[in-house]
Amino acid sequence: MPRIRVLVGTRKGAFILTSDAARNDWQVSGPHFGGWEIFHIAGSPANPDRLYASQTSSWFGQVIQRSDDGGATWNPVGNDFAYVGDPGTHLYYDGTAKPWAFKRVWHLEPSPTDPDTVYAGVEDAALFRSTDGGLTWQELPALREQQGAKWMPGAGGMCLHTILLDPVNPARMYVAISAAGAFRSDDGGASWKPVNRGLHSQYIPDPQAEVGHCVHRIAMHPARPETLFMQKHWDVMRSDDAGDSWFEISGNLPSDFGFAMAVHAHEPDTVYVVPILSDSEHYPPEGKLRVYRSKAGGNAWEALTDGLPQQHCYVNVLRDAMAVDSLDPCGVYFGTTGGQVYVSPDAGDHWQAIVRDLPAVLSVSVQTLP
Amino acid sequence: MAADLDRHTVRVVLPYHLYTLARCSTTEVELDLTGPVTLAAVLDALEAAYPMLAGAVRDRVTGQRRPLVRFYACQDDLSNIAPDALLPYEVAAGREPLVVVGAIAGG
Repeated sequence: MPRIRVLVGTRKGAFILTSDAARNDWQVSGPHFGGWEIFHIAGSPANPDRLYASQTSSWFGQVIQRSDDGGATWNPVGNDFAYVGDPGTHLYYDGTAKPWAFKRVWHLEPSPTDPDTVYAGVEDAALFRSTDGGLTWQELPALREQQGAKWMPGAGGMCLHTILLDPVNPARMYVAISAAGAFRSDDGGASWKPVNRGLHSQYIPDPQAEVGHCVHRIAMHPARPETLFMQKHWDVMRSDDAGDSWFEISGNLPSDFGFAMAVHAHEPDTVYVVPILSDSEHYPPEGKLRVYRSKAGGNAWEALTDGLPQQHCYVNVLRDAMAVDSLDPCGVYFGTTGGQVYVSPDAGDHWQAIVRDLPAVLSVSVQTLP
Repeated sequence: MAADLDRHTVRVVLPYHLYTLARCSTTEVELDLTGPVTLAAVLDALEAAYPMLAGAVRDRVTGQRRPLVRFYACQDDLSNIAPDALLPYEVAAGREPLVVVGAIAGG
């Protein structure tokens, strides 16, 4: 009988939510690392008991925690994220050049095949890899060669927040950076290229700009890895050529601003987003928390509202706070800055809150356990 | 005998998040070190005894105190002393602790 484990990172600790396949009756464990910001927790697909957590604090810096028993116990591993060479400078908000400086790990992406290999996306933006279970970390510095001096932080910092590993082609991976854009490597991270053609950002005067776009999230279905979906600062986008070109699929969304995005586990053309009113008003339009689903790969979107608050709701759903399980029917999960974690056990038709009063949710990831 | 005089047992008081990260059961730890009792020497000994604290008190690259960490001893704010400055004799003698504090910030 499969089980579900939901890994929730919040502003004040980590929580682990578990259920059987019915996804109605949940056990809640936590807070783990109470009082620390947990930007992300991720489980290894190759060994589901191997978990990695990014534990961070403005006071005490970065800690990486590792569990080898599904989150029952944890141990700190390596936290030395040293850039290769002199990383130079990037643009700051005021247009001045600012030296690159490590701040925190936003996202951890374990290898699909090796429990000891895990990637880390960090602020200031760079990609690191560990091949020894998180004990040591090595930067893949060629990414910063993609006009890194022109990158500029988004409002949340200059973070590498999305890492997608192509499940078919192990040499191919994608990353996304706010506000630099999306990048692809076809040689395991040895070299990179910007993949932002077709993106339009009103704050960039050059319509052909290769970098500088504020990509909020990219999502992929493992059965069709050349098709990518993107939630950008504004605009919901799609690429059918591994990011070489993008076209808009915002269609009838009430707002095409947002952060979170996910793809159905079994239907490569079924996509989920949570529209947010605007870049100045980080809450749902009309105070209604609505997940929008397209079963057509974009453009035609339907509001999913059953079980979600439809008045006076002003939470946000952050970029790493939406995920799916791989059961059938597919479960969809998201967490809010108001501390709710919602589940839909039927692909979005009906929703219920697993928990309502956690600290602000930063990230949600899901493991489907055998 | 001269070598013995260079040995010190220094007391360090850690804030909650650091002594729990270090798996200490109490807020105060004792560190043995040899040589001049400077701030850097104490932090070197702290990180050697508790490797998970590397980077948590001072920046790994620059060695600078993290901005929201403060140091106190003998009623004095030592946050801005040079890393190679000697700590007060009372700290070197183990009679007073070096206190590491997470600065008050935020709501």
